[in-house]
Amino acid sequence: MQTEFVSNEIQRDDTDFEVRSLDTSCINISQLKHPWWHNFKYAIAGIFFGVLLVKAEVISWLRIQEMFRLQSFHMYGTIGSAVFVGMISILLIKKFNVKTIYGEPVVFSQKKFNKGQVYGGLIFGLGWAITGACPGPIFALIGSGATVFIITLLSAIAGTWFYGKYRNYLPH
Amino acid sequence: MNFIEWLRQPWPWYVSGPLIGLMVPVLLIMGNKSFGISSSLRHICAACFPANISFFKYDWTKELWNLFLVSGIVVGGFIAAILLANPSPVQINPALTHELQQYGITDYYGSAPHQLFNWQTLFSLKGFLMIVTGGFMVGFGTRYAGGCTSGHAIMGLSNLQLPSLIATICFMIGGFIMANLILPFILQLK
Repeated sequence: MQTEFVSNEIQRDDTDFEVRSLDTSCINISQLKHPWWHNFKYAIAGIFFGVLLVKAEVISWLRIQEMFRLQSFHMYGTIGSAVFVGMISILLIKKFNVKTIYGEPVVFSQKKFNKGQVYGGLIFGLGWAITGACPGPIFALIGSGATVFIITLLSAIAGTWFYGKYRNYLPH
Repeated sequence: MNFIEWLRQPWPWYVSGPLIGLMVPVLLIMGNKSFGISSSLRHICAACFPANISFFKYDWTKELWNLFLVSGIVVGGFIAAILLANPSPVQINPALTHELQQYGITDYYGSAPHQLFNWQTLFSLKGFLMIVTGGFMVGFGTRYAGGCTSGHAIMGLSNLQLPSLIATICFMIGGFIMANLILPFILQLK
């Protein structure tokens, strides 16, 4: 009980601007507890996603340059059809009240608007076009042998840390 | 052409896009997880360098699933590069080829252009800007925006979230500005 109380406190402290990760973690932790090795199924999902990222060439700096120069439909088709399938899936989950494999109802988190989505979004967009990689592809690039992206990853971790440290001074 | 050779070709968007979209229901049904990658960077900070910052003071062990997911992505990238590597260069628009040739970028094999992203270029100004500064902007921007391409553009848009649409539009605006207005100057650097 004591630990539950503490973690709730932290969440209340922390969710004013960024609802998503901790709110979803709140949903996650409030329910069932599983041994850690249950997480391996997410690693398998990750492997599937990593192979897809490489074979779809969405990790390619060249494809990202094409996208931002409107020289190819490839990235728009990939992201667009991914969103389409995601949207239909969520509609079906809601309509048929699909449960998780543990029998829990699927819960969706609502995102709240804040100015971070504009400022942070622009900054991420700038970084995406330089590196040609968003966070998922950075991991896939490292695995695919472009090892210098380890530096990009460390730098991205540093950027996240810097945000965490100075977020109270940033407009939201 | 055998099956593996067939798989080695780049997969068209109408195959890979819908499969990427399936990550959304798969993670939800596996255990109520919202698809998102950039949070993993935050969990790594919380696990390794919390530094008494309130943003990193939470029980990251409850978010282990996300770290398993990104570890899987590294393994997936490895498998794809070893078993399913595309034997040909990335086929890009001739206009882009023409532009990149001006900067001496002529090798389009592999997952990232080797002439730009390697351990030697890291120590040049161009490499530093692209590899280090770019990475920093990705990490800072995604957390400031509360998500990346997967969390906002795919998961958020799939769930019809207006903030995610705004974020996605801003990602694109930032990308257009960088690729067309700023990157040409960076690529000119030695």
